[in-house]
Amino acid sequence: MSTTTERRAWVAAAAVAALLAGCAGAPGSGERSVMNDNVDAAGARTYGFGQPASDADLARFYSSLPDGRDLPRGSGTVAQGKVLYEAQCVACHGENLQGGLGDRLIGGRGTLVNADAAKAPVKTVESYWPYATTLFDYIKRAMPLTVPDTLSDDQVYALCAYILARANIVAADATMDAKSLAAVRMPNRDGFIADPRPEKFPSPDAAPHQTLGIAPAAK
Amino acid sequence: MSDSHRPPRERRRFLAKGLGLAGAAAALAPIAGRAAAPPGAVERPVPADPSKVPGYPMDDESYGARSQFETEVRQRYKTATNLSSWTFTPLQESIGIVTPSGLFFERSHAGTAVVDPGKHTLFVHGLVARPRKYSMRDVRRFPSLSRLIFLECSGNGLTEWSKPTMPTVQGTHGLTSCAEWTGVRLATILNEVGVRSNARWLLAEGGDGAAMTRSIPIEKAMKDCILAYGQNGEALRPEQGYPLRLLVPGYEGNMNIKWLRRLEVSDAPFMTREETSKYTDIRPDGKAVQFSFEMEAKSVITSPSGGMQLEGPGFHEITGLAWSGRGTVRRVDVSVDGGSTWREAALQQPVLPICHTRFRMPWQWDGKGTAVLQSRAVDDTGYVQPTLGQVIAMRGLNGPIGSIYHLNAIQSWQVASDGKVSNVHHY
Repeated sequence: MSTTTERRAWVAAAAVAALLAGCAGAPGSGERSVMNDNVDAAGARTYGFGQPASDADLARFYSSLPDGRDLPRGSGTVAQGKVLYEAQCVACHGENLQGGLGDRLIGGRGTLVNADAAKAPVKTVESYWPYATTLFDYIKRAMPLTVPDTLSDDQVYALCAYILARANIVAADATMDAKSLAAVRMPNRDGFIADPRPEKFPSPDAAPHQTLGIAPAAK
Repeated sequence: MSDSHRPPRERRRFLAKGLGLAGAAAALAPIAGRAAAPPGAVERPVPADPSKVPGYPMDDESYGARSQFETEVRQRYKTATNLSSWTFTPLQESIGIVTPSGLFFERSHAGTAVVDPGKHTLFVHGLVARPRKYSMRDVRRFPSLSRLIFLECSGNGLTEWSKPTMPTVQGTHGLTSCAEWTGVRLATILNEVGVRSNARWLLAEGGDGAAMTRSIPIEKAMKDCILAYGQNGEALRPEQGYPLRLLVPGYEGNMNIKWLRRLEVSDAPFMTREETSKYTDIRPDGKAVQFSFEMEAKSVITSPSGGMQLEGPGFHEITGLAWSGRGTVRRVDVSVDGGSTWREAALQQPVLPICHTRFRMPWQWDGKGTAVLQSRAVDDTGYVQPTLGQVIAMRGLNGPIGSIYHLNAIQSWQVASDGKVSNVHHY
């Protein structure tokens, strides 16, 4: 990036502006004299750099909220999603959505409550994700891994429908669109709590302590 | 799980001394004959006596490379794909508090994006009075600041919940790094666009293939977040988000969105994949903690540490790093007897908020029996770094990697009577 010339030109222009303004010597006001002197409603300075962002500029971006606001138009069915899944997703997520290179997508209900240190809870779209809108958001922006941001809105709705149907969350003949997707109640919707930290730990156990395990040596 | 790597310089030195001079020469001989230089270095002929010959000439234009004798490298965790993966910083070799940019840990979800700064645009919109877009030239025109800040992935140490797993500190703690960042206060930009009174959250989106997104509370955005284009005195490295990244001081690494292209102000969190299905901390009762942003006080002894070999009894300097996402490290205690007794370590200045802090303690090792080395950080909120036993008693252990994120327990290194240092659980 060749900003140096640009910056030099700007500094020179600013210095001339300061001289013309005739206030360069006023204590504390030197900086003001070389800046755009816009002030917002709260009295803070604004600089006015950049350009207005138009609706056309922003049209390529997408993010919906969990209540469905800003979900795009369009729709897709479970059957359409099945065809797409088998063409675009199966290589990483598996024929039965069991995962592989990509995350496991279904199953795992009933595994989240778990105090067994030897087995992990199975966190999937079905068992763990609190909002169906997140599925649309993520597939739309980031999937498929090797060609992200290439699926149409209809295709993304169809994939949501297929995954949610395979997860037994929506009917096998469901159609997903902005309204129906936002209305899906995910099984783990109430599975989240606020951060309790910083925690108040009781005092550590009295010494002496024990060595409870040792890592294998580096290869 | 493997984080095996070239022998660290430190260990090579210990080994070489142990072998005596002839042995040392033999041990170093293969290095002179290497086919290729270590990453980041240039292999050059090594004269028998550098004082008897001129060195290599100065280039008219150059960038510089590290010594060919320095071999430490980042190590990738062997995830199924190297497009979504992470690398660990070799903390065992760390000196001072700044992480060299080439050794700063990495995490990306769709590879390292290659972004032309001349074409990069930052869009700021949503609940604002004046949606705007900024070229990199525009961003660099705003008043700037520099600040030393650590960044830690909240998954740092995830292998260490139920049993000591990674052999070295690179594997147990290498997802923290520290740099001097330069950029623009996010508050400056938000003031430009005029945030509406019902704004509560801010979505930050990356311009990489993953279009990584996280929601950040607007109070935090206004308080101390930085849009950074500089790292350690030069432009960001590509893997750190060139040409522009968000810095959310003290919050988990994932929120510090790289290749930043868009900020959307909202009245609610967006509930993106990363903040619902990934960076949430599930407990044995099935409930998951959400929006666990702060990286709490933590420390680790970087030398001696796992995989090293002490050459014998006598003086050894114990040194390491401490940090807190909630503030400044106030004290670090060190134990050489597994936490039965503690001594206060010396802190190297500068001691800065939300920054790696270097601590040191002299140690006279008697070489008898085993010693268990631990460090314990205390920050200026009064928070004391807990033992692993305390963390597990509080949060439970619901699988081999527990609740995955935010493990900030005291680390233990066992020094055996033969000087071998190992990663152990001891509490």
